[in-house]
Amino acid sequence: MKNIHIQINGTDLEVPETMTILEAAETIGIKIPRLCYHPDLSIEGACRVCIVEVEGMKNYVPSCATSVWEGMKVRTNSPEIRQARRDLVELILDNHPKECQTCERDGNCELQNLAYTLGVRHRLFEGKRKQYPLEASSPSVIRDAEKCILCRRCVRVCSEIQGIHNLTQLNRGFDTVVAPAHEGPMNDSVCIACGQCINVCPVAAFLEQPSTEQVWNALADPDTMVIAQIAPSIRAAIGEGFGLPPGTPMTGQTVTALRRLGFDAVFDTNFGADLTIMEEAYEFAKRLESGVNLPLLTSCSPGWIKFMEHFYPEMIDNASSCKSPMSMLSTLLKTYYAEKESIDPDKIFVVGVMPCVAKKFEAERPEHLFRNGIPYTDAVITTRELIWMIKAYGIDFTSLPQEDFDQPLGFSTGAADIFGTTGGVMEAALRTAAEQLTGKPLEDLNFTQVREAEGLKEASIQIAGKTLNVAVANGLNNAKTILEKVKTGEKQFHIIELMACPGGCIAGGGQPYPPRGYYVLDKEVARMRASALYSIDEKKAVRKSHDNPFIKKLYEEFLGRPGSTKAHSLLHTTYTPREPRGIK
Amino acid sequence: MDTTKTISLDKDICRFIDECMEKNHSESYLIAVLHKVQGRYGYLSEQHMDEVAQLMQIPTSTVSGVATFYHFFRLRPRGKYSICVCLGTACFVKGADKVLEAFKKELGIEMGETTSDRLFSLENSRCLGVCAMAPVVTINDKVYSNVSPKQVPELLNKLTLEEE
Repeated sequence: MKNIHIQINGTDLEVPETMTILEAAETIGIKIPRLCYHPDLSIEGACRVCIVEVEGMKNYVPSCATSVWEGMKVRTNSPEIRQARRDLVELILDNHPKECQTCERDGNCELQNLAYTLGVRHRLFEGKRKQYPLEASSPSVIRDAEKCILCRRCVRVCSEIQGIHNLTQLNRGFDTVVAPAHEGPMNDSVCIACGQCINVCPVAAFLEQPSTEQVWNALADPDTMVIAQIAPSIRAAIGEGFGLPPGTPMTGQTVTALRRLGFDAVFDTNFGADLTIMEEAYEFAKRLESGVNLPLLTSCSPGWIKFMEHFYPEMIDNASSCKSPMSMLSTLLKTYYAEKESIDPDKIFVVGVMPCVAKKFEAERPEHLFRNGIPYTDAVITTRELIWMIKAYGIDFTSLPQEDFDQPLGFSTGAADIFGTTGGVMEAALRTAAEQLTGKPLEDLNFTQVREAEGLKEASIQIAGKTLNVAVANGLNNAKTILEKVKTGEKQFHIIELMACPGGCIAGGGQPYPPRGYYVLDKEVARMRASALYSIDEKKAVRKSHDNPFIKKLYEEFLGRPGSTKAHSLLHTTYTPREPRGIK
Repeated sequence: MDTTKTISLDKDICRFIDECMEKNHSESYLIAVLHKVQGRYGYLSEQHMDEVAQLMQIPTSTVSGVATFYHFFRLRPRGKYSICVCLGTACFVKGADKVLEAFKKELGIEMGETTSDRLFSLENSRCLGVCAMAPVVTINDKVYSNVSPKQVPELLNKLTLEEE
């Protein structure tokens, strides 16, 4: 790669010729204001906010979409450029609702922040404004086209990262709108409910379907026993909502906060994760023995599951029949726990706190109904929603003491903690499978071969004289790549871990918006959150799911053994092909 | 993938798609395929767009995006008589806008719509190249010249009577 010489605002610099002006400016500490740009997505050049002046060019050029050339002289901050940039933002604002104070993204909105930093202090233009009803058909994602500024980040993440192509731009000119095909409802589309459109949206055109009202109401009802369960990823990210750096483990404070909010019991989804490993390892061992339905595809990620039902219905038999950790735990709460504590299960209200908006969809699936149309998981709230509830209540989160989970469904091993990050489910499964296959304790518990997958990672692992070919994929475009290899027979795997969101659950569609200094889908944020989970795992005395004493007790008292008829009827599920393939 | 069960598109169109799929960059034939579908059925129904997406292995959202972007593609069925009012410069200065208003009023529909009996649909066009005859209206393939708003009810009556 050749280096070339350019000048930005009078500073001479040498940069690789492949850089854009926007990237080159960042090397000398100038962050040109931008809106539609995202470093991990294709260049769109839709918003024109990042325009700069290039000597010799008649028009301003978008710095995100213009490569540098030898001798280029750039000005990013002349009075004319500042004016033009402000005009552009004012025009975007003109067609945007004046609802900042009542908007979900108030204080957390890129457009609001941009307007402020560029010095927009008046709304100068008063033109025609687009009007669309709120599209709230999906249990997971709601779409508010009136707020959309047509940056197309959602369209790009949906196609380029997730490979879904559900969202598109329809019509033209003033009538342009981002929606699924035929402007259809989200719940009748190929949307897999991952919520990455929510994450990348600079405004509030996409949001999670809110569930907090339902939870407040349950908490206020003295006759209802309200139980919370928190997913592994919550503890690694919730602190960001209260100004802590990404990757600050906040398990104990989260438990305390939930108790203060009024939850009658706080359990750990991690317990469900340990249980998932028990059932999945048994299922895997059986399939290895028979050679049928290999590779085993993990089933914890509801976004991935819906993706499979839409795009790879022919691989349904390969998917593990295990329910997700959340659904396993919810099921146990209304059966085992209710029985043990002599509580009427109809009086139990289970709230899943999840990093995921697809969990809202999962909870509503007909396969996960308890009885009389009541689901096992009554409500799912995202990390963002829990942060908001804690703030609304007025709890000073960071100064809370650390409390422990309730028992017996609150004890978990280190294997469960790492479920939240890509490769974690695989590693947890390998820890248990290896000991089961060899009958000997593992010397090294850390399967680093499957950690830190940048989207896709393959590994061969020697266990008991056998070579296990494993793969880890996060982000569904990577899932496509690996599944195509399986389908064409190019590669034979024994087990594949799949997570819908890039980086795994820690970067899920329900996680906090990025703190200052980071961008959405920032790999650094995902890495920091993941390292929090690995550090929790390292510190735990018990790090293998099958060594969890409460899991052993659960099998003794209630389930029998992994894969038993009772375990099957309660902890396993089925999937439905969604035909025609990949459409609707 | 077994899609045959669900395909209702005409065999000729399916054959045309098959031919396109054998070429490089088969996706670039999407517009040509949509033209064929509209030529055969008069408009692009959601079902047909879904089928084109399946057969061409193009995301439905892309097909839908293309179909809604170009004005030529119709997303609703056309009436038996397709009334097209020329709004080119010459026709416009000679009062084509008033002719259009008269059609809207008589038919009770807006531009781009079709009457509930599926008899008439109303559209507009840019210059048809017969400016000497302005204002010009075409009804299916027939050209009507020097049309005045007053003539509109009579014209429609005649066509309705022909139907009865």
